[in-house]
Amino acid sequence: MSEHIVPIRVYVTIFLVLVVGTVLTVVAAFLDFPGPLNTIVALTIAVTKATFVVLYFMHVRYSSRLIWVIVASALFWMGILFAFTFSDYLTRNVLSPGY
Amino acid sequence: MIESHATTHEVHGHPALQHHFENMEQQREAGTLGMWVFLVTEIMFFGGMFLAYTLYRSKFPAAFASASNHLDITLGAVNTGVLILSSFTMAMAVYFTQVGKNRPQVICLILTLLLGLTFLGIKGVEYHSKYEDRLIPGHLIPWRPFGPEVAHEGDHDPHKLHLLPGANVKQVELFYWIYFAMTGMHALHMIIGAGLLTYLLIFSIKRRFDPEYHSPVEVIGLYWHFVDIVWIFLFPLLYLLGRHVH
Repeated sequence: MSEHIVPIRVYVTIFLVLVVGTVLTVVAAFLDFPGPLNTIVALTIAVTKATFVVLYFMHVRYSSRLIWVIVASALFWMGILFAFTFSDYLTRNVLSPGY
Repeated sequence: MIESHATTHEVHGHPALQHHFENMEQQREAGTLGMWVFLVTEIMFFGGMFLAYTLYRSKFPAAFASASNHLDITLGAVNTGVLILSSFTMAMAVYFTQVGKNRPQVICLILTLLLGLTFLGIKGVEYHSKYEDRLIPGHLIPWRPFGPEVAHEGDHDPHKLHLLPGANVKQVELFYWIYFAMTGMHALHMIIGAGLLTYLLIFSIKRRFDPEYHSPVEVIGLYWHFVDIVWIFLFPLLYLLGRHVH
């Protein structure tokens, strides 16, 4: 498998997407959405930006399956870290109220 | 037998090819893979801090909002732009190395380094204003311990701490511990990155990298983009979300 050279216009496009994402996230922060929607909007934009960086700037889109597995494993372990921690903290009031 | 082994290692091949690799492509892929494994450990390292942030924000939402409101959104947003631009110039440096154009490669590396230093400079300005407002937590600064002036109703002095209902100063201090731990570790990564870029720059000027051999540029590029991604999350979480209590 030979190395894939990403053309300049792809890099420029991704850069513009990231700038637009940054502007959007600032604008969204000054609007008041109901409930936790502000957090959800901000994190959705951040995850989208990060995905573009990983896929194109970091070339993962053009990389071998092995790299994909490594990246996925990072997300998987992060998921465990958050899921197990919050399964504790968020349920403490359930069994012994007032904890 | 021994002799034939010795010759296969010596003939054909790029001067940068290490003897334990078959060819340059295998060597490059091994390097990239190794860097990704390192980045996974970095993701876990920052993940722990993001976990602490999420946990205490869910416990003290009003204090986190009050503390976050004190941060300068303009400087944070400008720094986000600076880092994104530096990621772009870094990606371009990799591109120009891959196609063997030395001059633009050197220029892109210089730009990336300058943008990285700009980020650190702006961060320094922000840290200094936190120092002025006595917001550096605990006794990290022995002669200026944590102790912001709390604003009363109707007082709009931006240097004072404006507490939302349900927030207290102790909880705000917790936010600033997390803020300084996360942005501090991020800044340390930027400083290390600036050092690595200086190394790349010196060896690029010496024309050490070419389309066949450019693993160092590629791999340090991966590191630089990773540090950019950390900031992509830090900016909304620390600076923006505080504007809303939920």
